[in-house]
Amino acid sequence: MGHQELLTGWGRTSATSATVESVGADDVAQVASGQRGAIARGLGRAYGDPAQNGGGAVIRVQPSANPVWIDTVESTATVDAGVSFDELLRRIVPHGFFVPVTPGTRFITVGGAIASDVHGKGHHRDLTFGHHVLSLDIVLADGSERTIGPDADADAELYWATIGGMGLTGVITRATFRLLRIETNRCLVETQRLPDLEALIAAMSDGDADHRYSVAWVDLATKGSTVGRSILERGDHATLDDLAEHAPKALRNPLAFAPGSLASVPPVPNVMNRLAVRTFNELWFRKAPKQHIGTPTLTGFFHPLDGVGDWNRFYGTSGFLQYQFVVPFDAIDTLREIVDRVVANGNASVISVLKRFGAESGGFLSFPKPGWTLTFDLAAGVPGLGPFLAELDQLVVNAGGRHYLAKDAHTTPDIIRAGYPRLDAWKAIRRSVDPDGRWASDQARRLDLL
Amino acid sequence: MNNAIHQPQTVVVLGGKSDIARAIVVALDSASLRTVVLGCRNTDTADAAGLEAQLSGATVTARHFDATDHAGHADWVSAVASDHGDLDIVIQAFGQLGLDAADDPVAAADLVNVNYAGAVSSGLAVADRLRAQGHGVLVALSSVAGVRTRASNFVYGSTKAGLDAFTTGLGHALHGSGARVMTVRPGMVRTSMTEGMDDAPFTVDAVDVAAATVNGLRKKKAVVWAPAKLQGVFGLLRFAPDFVWRKLDT
Repeated sequence: MGHQELLTGWGRTSATSATVESVGADDVAQVASGQRGAIARGLGRAYGDPAQNGGGAVIRVQPSANPVWIDTVESTATVDAGVSFDELLRRIVPHGFFVPVTPGTRFITVGGAIASDVHGKGHHRDLTFGHHVLSLDIVLADGSERTIGPDADADAELYWATIGGMGLTGVITRATFRLLRIETNRCLVETQRLPDLEALIAAMSDGDADHRYSVAWVDLATKGSTVGRSILERGDHATLDDLAEHAPKALRNPLAFAPGSLASVPPVPNVMNRLAVRTFNELWFRKAPKQHIGTPTLTGFFHPLDGVGDWNRFYGTSGFLQYQFVVPFDAIDTLREIVDRVVANGNASVISVLKRFGAESGGFLSFPKPGWTLTFDLAAGVPGLGPFLAELDQLVVNAGGRHYLAKDAHTTPDIIRAGYPRLDAWKAIRRSVDPDGRWASDQARRLDLL
Repeated sequence: MNNAIHQPQTVVVLGGKSDIARAIVVALDSASLRTVVLGCRNTDTADAAGLEAQLSGATVTARHFDATDHAGHADWVSAVASDHGDLDIVIQAFGQLGLDAADDPVAAADLVNVNYAGAVSSGLAVADRLRAQGHGVLVALSSVAGVRTRASNFVYGSTKAGLDAFTTGLGHALHGSGARVMTVRPGMVRTSMTEGMDDAPFTVDAVDVAAATVNGLRKKKAVVWAPAKLQGVFGLLRFAPDFVWRKLDT
């Protein structure tokens, strides 16, 4: 039996109450969805409201006793949807494998990674997680289970509606995807400090193709001549030869993976005030050497914030938003304008992230497309955010850009419709497998996705 | 749905002609606001178009609502929800001053029936709906007149005292359900209801109450005073000796 629970996303905004049902994959079809429908929830790391369902049911799909199968010959894994990347990495890294794509946290589930079609620092080369999925099992609204994939004879349309489909086509229970072979648990990373936005844009436009991973940390909280000062990190998985050259001590146990958690943040009021943010950014910027080659661990490179449990509590009870958009490469002026506005507005929080995206994955509602993507945090309790964000939303879609559904917590149906030209086609596919509206979420209601 | 920055998509007003409620709707306007329903006893004078003109894109409709039709309130709320979807914010704003109530027992009972009994039955109907949808806020317009009643309007004050006790208690009952209640306690407000009356100390305009309300929603407050300093003032006045209190009420 389920229990009532007040749920929010990672941003801790817009709490709603739902009946939470924890079930195994075989029992998903039995969960009563009632008038308000049901939605699957992984680890609740989407920032807004896609994994909550006020007045309805929220399904947590529990992994089975043997949730991870690795095919070391084909370099693939078959994994239960409720398995976290944290657990997955602990199992596969010692065998010399890494996930093909990881976002900035390993505390997401495989199901969530597919439903949000997550991307990471390697998008310009590796595209999204969904791009590497070979097949997945899904429980449909009528209770049937289907195995679908990107090939034409495997319900390709439904598959691409499910990749990035925010869980609204059905409940994903298992997936098979490609793994990446690695020789070590380290990365070889070149760090470069850049004085302003123009220098950053030039450096990224030039050298991204030479590295598997590339991302820039940008300071959008400090005004003046240093607008857009940044730290560009570009790297690859370190080979054994790399370690021999740069970090011979790491050769002793090159595939160990057992990250610990440092400490959890207790419930505190919002401490992300302007002074704290600027001080942090100053230190962050100063600590980076002008030019440096390092060998950070996988965790240190991909999931630096995972060392601090519940870091979302830094924003107090009002919570925060993470604003992420992409604009096409030819809309670089829009990127500049938005950066200027964010800096002038003065409410951006610590370290914002700039990245160049590669091609689209094929998911109807997948977020990434070729262009610049910028991500920054904003404390939600700040007065006057509404008009400011509405202006940014409009600038983004006017430039042919769009917003990431896994991050969005505030925008409107019109803005999403403008950003996702295949929305109506997606809705038609969705309705064909869920004519009576069994699947629903707060975000789906808020953004008219059903 | 209310989004992460407390912008509603659907707002329902019970007592749709209330100047304060209409000012709150204008203050809640955003790109997200789509639907406003004005529940009024007489829809002909609701002037939905006038309110719509002050909003950036929402549709405003008037719908017959009678605060004294206690038996019909649950159906009324269900009908609005089935026409417009989730109710994000419901503003309970109907009420009368009942200036002759102190001298007329029947008029006094009528006032109780509108201001208090109507607020209870419609408040419970709204709470039921908000609980079922797992989110939403009931904004109830109380009054400082109910915090400590005065000789000049004690019947009105007593209805607001009852309403205030009801809505704050309802807020506790809804705790954890996703639904919330915010009780707004304005002082004297210059509106069509108080037209012709002299300003009392701390008198404000409807837009000031609206700003305080939106601010309170942003901070997820259970009680909002408008203006805010009335909280401190009444914190003291509540305990003033009776002869002092009577002197103040002139």
